[in-house]
Amino acid sequence: MTAADNRRDEAVLTEPALTEPVLTVEDLTVVYEVEQPVTAVKDASLTLHRGEILGLAGESGCGKTTLAYAVNRLHRPPARISSGRITFHDKDGDDVDILALEDAELRAFRWDKLSMVFQGAMNALNPVTTVRAQLKDTLLAHRPRMSRKEVRERSEEVLRRVGVDPGRLGSYPHELSGGMRQRVMIAMAMLLEPQIMIMDEPTTALDVVVQRDILREIVRLRDELDFAVVFITHDLPLLLEISDRIAVMLEGEIVELETAEKLYREARHPYTRKLLGSFPSLSGERGAFIRTGVDETAPGEETPEATTPTVPAQAPTEERA
Amino acid sequence: MTSVHVTDLVKDYTIRNGLKRTRLRAVDHVSLELTPGRTVALVGESGSGKSTIAKILTRMEKPTAGTVAVERDDGTTVDRSAYRREVQMVFQDPFASLNPFHSIEHHIARPLRIHNRTAKGEETRERVLEMLERVNLTPAANIAPRRPHELSGGQRQRVAIARALAPGAKVLIADEPVSMLDVSIRLGVLNLMGRLQREDDLAVLYITHDLATARHFSDEITVLYRGRVVERGPADAVILDPHHEYTKLLAAAAPDPERPGRVTAADPVDRDAIDNSACYDHFAGEWREAGVPAAEAKAVTRAD
Repeated sequence: MTAADNRRDEAVLTEPALTEPVLTVEDLTVVYEVEQPVTAVKDASLTLHRGEILGLAGESGCGKTTLAYAVNRLHRPPARISSGRITFHDKDGDDVDILALEDAELRAFRWDKLSMVFQGAMNALNPVTTVRAQLKDTLLAHRPRMSRKEVRERSEEVLRRVGVDPGRLGSYPHELSGGMRQRVMIAMAMLLEPQIMIMDEPTTALDVVVQRDILREIVRLRDELDFAVVFITHDLPLLLEISDRIAVMLEGEIVELETAEKLYREARHPYTRKLLGSFPSLSGERGAFIRTGVDETAPGEETPEATTPTVPAQAPTEERA
Repeated sequence: MTSVHVTDLVKDYTIRNGLKRTRLRAVDHVSLELTPGRTVALVGESGSGKSTIAKILTRMEKPTAGTVAVERDDGTTVDRSAYRREVQMVFQDPFASLNPFHSIEHHIARPLRIHNRTAKGEETRERVLEMLERVNLTPAANIAPRRPHELSGGQRQRVAIARALAPGAKVLIADEPVSMLDVSIRLGVLNLMGRLQREDDLAVLYITHDLATARHFSDEITVLYRGRVVERGPADAVILDPHHEYTKLLAAAAPDPERPGRVTAADPVDRDAIDNSACYDHFAGEWREAGVPAAEAKAVTRAD
């Protein structure tokens, strides 16, 4: 039995046995400095523990991607971190204040310590170069002294780890299926053995069977390599299954942060209950929803849009999954 | 009311690879019945032929073989122009299916005029507002002059549904109508479709790969695998008591928090053993040959 299994079991019985923290976010506020400034993330605080899978749930426009970008300092103007602290606790004991990093330090930090699988990862690969060239580029940017042979071996190894035949190194992204491209992206994110991987909707738009394969891969890799994962999605049933803890975001605020089990059984925030109520249950009673948080007495008349945070008409945000 | 009888539908695509030509059979002897007031869900992986069937039903593609017969209650067949009016489609991506240059009003007024549902401008306008109200886009007068980019995804999909119903649709083909929407909005759109179906006694084909919504929003599920139907039956029977290996794999792959910690569980079936040579029919309670004309399909014995 692996450490992760233990954690999972304990989470069901008692509080999870949390290990030391790897990332601490304190009171982070991110503002989009447009004509009428929008506070996309409000005083968000969370601690990510080593080897943990932390789910970040919420709907489009709630600030979950902005939060993930800010942690990596990948946000671009007009987004600005107006307050807060982000501290990375390195394996060897050093604490890194991410917000204070200089450009060169930041470049070295990113991907090496903390990597990211971007939203729409299927289309995040460079279409005009081969998988080999893209892996090599990443490796040499961070490990300039690596020999050709080492680069080749490492590239083959990561592909093998995510279940892609190393023979596909010479392929261009369009020659790979969606699931394979997704795996290549994950391989690229783990290329430098980071301590944290942020995954932004890594399985949306994939087939359920392929999705299951990828999830299984992520959990297996986490168990083997013990990195922490921030898993962002709006698919709550999926998060409940794979995460140790789940943070629910609403309008830029983390409204609930609980272990998956607790969140599922006794969600406190009405919004969490509403989210849970939005999913029909697969194996439960017909007409039963995951957690009956929504009044289902009048099916057909229920218009969740009316109760969800309203987006100003002038600023339609991406609502696309 | 109108029902659709799809019999032994076959669609071949020719793939050219240099000088070589190969034939890809995307849909292989698929038979379906769409009857008023019932929803049939069509589930299957990408590439299993779901969308090809939708395209043939809406006459965007011609079948290689097989028939699609549309009949009214009195037994008369529906002619070509009526077919285009009565069989309508809702597309997956509401961001691409509405024209960004035109107002919402235009999107709904155009099918009304093309199909001669309304004569005068004033009448058309009233109908448009009526349609918008039916899909819960209120205040309709406020929504009508807007352009698609001013609406949220859920609102846009409602416009797409209103547009499909505007010419007087009797059969609605919904190809992944909610997969691009936010989860909290999906239920609202599905419930809306359910209500409209009851009000208009529509026959609905719901194409999806989300088993949970397929189960809750349809009466019958048809599972496609590599172009052939491998399982069909009442929604609950197919999900709770799957017989075909592929359906079992699908059911096991869908997230279900009632069974946590199963992420790393192995597949319930051997993937290499999945074939599409036979179809389990829950109505008949037996296995039948797949990929052959429905009238000739023989019962087969198969361990499950």
